[in-house]
Amino acid sequence: MNERHADHHQSRDAVDARVTTADREGLTGTTPADAYSPVRDPELITRPPDGRPLHYQPQWRKDFPIDWPQDHYVARRDFAKFMVLTSLAFAVGQVWIGVQNIWRRRRGALPMRKIASLSALPVGGTLVFQYPGPHDDCILIRRSSDTLLAYSQKCTHLSCAVIPRVEQGVIRCPCHEGLFDLDTGRNIAGPPRRPLPRVELSIRGDDVYATGVKWRTT
Amino acid sequence: MSIRRPFTREQRMTVVYGMIAFILILVILQLWLLIATMNAYLGGDQAVIWPAAAASIFCLLLNAGLLRYLYYMERVRE
Repeated sequence: MNERHADHHQSRDAVDARVTTADREGLTGTTPADAYSPVRDPELITRPPDGRPLHYQPQWRKDFPIDWPQDHYVARRDFAKFMVLTSLAFAVGQVWIGVQNIWRRRRGALPMRKIASLSALPVGGTLVFQYPGPHDDCILIRRSSDTLLAYSQKCTHLSCAVIPRVEQGVIRCPCHEGLFDLDTGRNIAGPPRRPLPRVELSIRGDDVYATGVKWRTT
Repeated sequence: MSIRRPFTREQRMTVVYGMIAFILILVILQLWLLIATMNAYLGGDQAVIWPAAAASIFCLLLNAGLLRYLYYMERVRE
């Protein structure tokens, strides 16, 4: 047994004759000297994946030892750390929504703005207008002589421009075949999960005014 | 001088698997909270925003506590 142990040390010395120092060994001199030897901390002992003793291992494994149990443990620990970072990102996202909501409330009520003349819009006709900002496209629909409807033109799925089909009673999104009810703006088919925001209107004489936007979840 | 840890590496590996399962459940819960809150915010519903944020932060604290315990287990006692 002792003879075998001595052979073991002898073979190590023979391989590392050129570059072995007090704490480094191997052909490149980068392998820790105690890579396969007992150290004070038993968890720092590198175990070859096949479990056989050192003198059965190929030289490349002696030069570049990998402790697979430790490698597996560290990989799972790092995965747990990554998931906690993901959790942090989600929590920050939640707080960001809250901050956005505060900013939205501070902006106050939307302005009242003339968007069309009633006489210029025939029954069954539609008109695109911008409200409240210059990039917020909306659609005005004259359903009957005394019924006007207005919705945001952005689909609530991925913001494609929706197209009203007055004769069919629907508003269609051509991107993913989303359908909204023309009279209520509610999502009735396809991927959209929310109704179209409704633009509140006020009619004064021949003029049509937009007075606000009503966002809805159902 | 001997080196001792509260658990062996094999025991810690089992604990890490359990923690990962728990953390994954909490992260999926947070993802659901984020999607539901975003949907409510875009629909103009403000009532759920801060309660959902509080719940998400609570999940984060639980996850951070678990990770802290993971590093505590690796602490070396001499």
